[in-house]
Amino acid sequence: MDTLALLADGFATSLSPLNIMIVLLGVTAGLFIGAMPGLGSVNGVAIVLPLTFIVPPSSAIILLCAIYYGAMYGGAISSILLGIPGASTAVATTFDGRPLAQQGKAGLALIAAAVASFIGGTISVVLFTLFAVPLADLALAFGPAEEFALVLMAFTTFVGLGGDDKLKTIIMICLGLVLSTVGLDLISGQPRLIFGDMPGFYSGISFLVLAIGVYGIGEILYTIESSRTAPQVTPARITLRDLGDGIRTMNRMWRTMSLGSFLGFFVGMLPAAGATPAALMAYGIARSTSKTPSSFGKGNLEGVAAPETANNAASTGSLLPMLTLGIPGSPTTALLLGGMVMWGLMPGPMLFIEQPEFVWGLISSLYTANFAAVAINIALIPLFVWALRMPFTVLCALVMVLCIVGGFAPSQKMHDVWLIAGFGVAGYLLRKADYPLAPLVLALVLGPLMEKSFRQTLIAEQGNILAFVERPLSGTFIALAALFFVLPLVKYLRKGGARSIAPAE
Amino acid sequence: MLVADRVIAIAIMALSAYLMWHATALPIGWNGMTGGPGGGAFPFWLSLIMLLSAGGVLVRSLGQEKSSQHFFDGQMLRSVIAVVIALFVTIALIPLVGAYVALPLFLFWYLKIYGGHGWVLTGILTLGAPVFVFFFFEATLKILLPKGVTEPLFFPLYAMFF
Repeated sequence: MDTLALLADGFATSLSPLNIMIVLLGVTAGLFIGAMPGLGSVNGVAIVLPLTFIVPPSSAIILLCAIYYGAMYGGAISSILLGIPGASTAVATTFDGRPLAQQGKAGLALIAAAVASFIGGTISVVLFTLFAVPLADLALAFGPAEEFALVLMAFTTFVGLGGDDKLKTIIMICLGLVLSTVGLDLISGQPRLIFGDMPGFYSGISFLVLAIGVYGIGEILYTIESSRTAPQVTPARITLRDLGDGIRTMNRMWRTMSLGSFLGFFVGMLPAAGATPAALMAYGIARSTSKTPSSFGKGNLEGVAAPETANNAASTGSLLPMLTLGIPGSPTTALLLGGMVMWGLMPGPMLFIEQPEFVWGLISSLYTANFAAVAINIALIPLFVWALRMPFTVLCALVMVLCIVGGFAPSQKMHDVWLIAGFGVAGYLLRKADYPLAPLVLALVLGPLMEKSFRQTLIAEQGNILAFVERPLSGTFIALAALFFVLPLVKYLRKGGARSIAPAE
Repeated sequence: MLVADRVIAIAIMALSAYLMWHATALPIGWNGMTGGPGGGAFPFWLSLIMLLSAGGVLVRSLGQEKSSQHFFDGQMLRSVIAVVIALFVTIALIPLVGAYVALPLFLFWYLKIYGGHGWVLTGILTLGAPVFVFFFFEATLKILLPKGVTEPLFFPLYAMFF
């Protein structure tokens, strides 16, 4: 089979000594970042991105994906040991993970989380491999009109399916898009929104500046406020017998875990959904289909396994539209997309044709990252227990320094560092006021593509705005976008009804 | 919470209006010559949507009852403001006295004064972090951080690594 041959070639890339080292490093870093309360994959990728200049671009992306992966595993660690989710994606893991830890079964819960993450990761990576080529082939037929319609649809999913306040979501999407237009006009080349001719704005606002500001500085400010004292760490010891017991128990949960994996993968592909709702949904389904639903929330191992398979599967799922269509499925993948563009690797169907070694190297590295993550996760549990005792002030101080230096490094302008500080404070206040940040970051990353495709289409069609609905594919996307947009309205008119669950990542 | 919600909504409305004003520097209407909107159209109309949505948030909040939930907790607010001020002072100091003075000062303040940690931990991190930053960014990546008045002190190091 064609895909298998390509994948085999990919392994030749990803199994090079440098890339193996990078995967191990990234997964370990990701596990620590994910385990820290408050820091998740998106924070990790934002803070570490400037540091990845040290390796070649293709390895840098592998490193960032490995961090993403590791953080997904790591999130469960603080959910179980502290009862505080290490990242919003691991919220559902606290429901049963915490009671298990309190019953002295923390080790078992950690093993279950790691094994479930591995199953979810593996199933979703296989699905990813199967879907990547057909989706990229389909995307080859996309012109600017389809690109615009697809981006529009991605944004409307936030309004229609996201659990956040609709008006506030719209505000954040618009703000992100407007910020993305700062700099030189794509078509005419004239400067715009330079705020009284400030030279720093001529090159636009980098996604990295916004991401470091919002997810680095802003997150730290939020963490300072929400938890100043170090919480109680539940001790966890792992013996080989526990490991055997854990795997044997997990062997009875195949139904829950495969359900969680498929659910997570497909939910993860939607820009507005992602790993957090996927994990909550998987938890809900596992409970309602269980023979003993009342045991959930009191320390049922299945309640750890279901969300952990789903959130790992969702993280892989959100990579699929990013790599094949160039539309990220989560804020973390939006940052990966921004990073790839920065390194001259434009995601989308052409990447599969122009850079097959890179694409398949990356896909195969997901397999290796998955193996590395489960092994490192279980082996280093004592180290994580120790690391979780680290006081917040130490972590915060070091992350702040990293944000300042990392924000300066890519452009080498103090202007960007000031912007980071500003975005950090603004992001912190907006988050406190329940404004969702994910659409803001996604809009800034996708803004240039959206405007360019919109205006290119109109220029090519001599200003015929109906061009977007006349083409069948783009028309379908526009129709779906319209549907997502009126969905909340319909729900509102029906007086409530089922409110969609949980905000996106 | 309600007051903060209103203040933020008004701030966003003001920001939108400000962005709209700047966007009008380029044509915001339909450009008959090339087909399609002008260069200022995208930011202008999106800012308008933002303005209207923020207005919607404001109007909606007028009909809501005052909740007992506070936006800021007094003591937490003080620690957040302290960190924000320290951050701004540090960034302002970087071009003047250099990153290798400003960043250790920040770490020292954060760990010793704000965090109340011991001298050993503070010392290790305050001295270790700049050394790591130097070797990572300057020696390996050849990205020079601002040094300000401390620039001459680095000449021997430059000679060694470049």
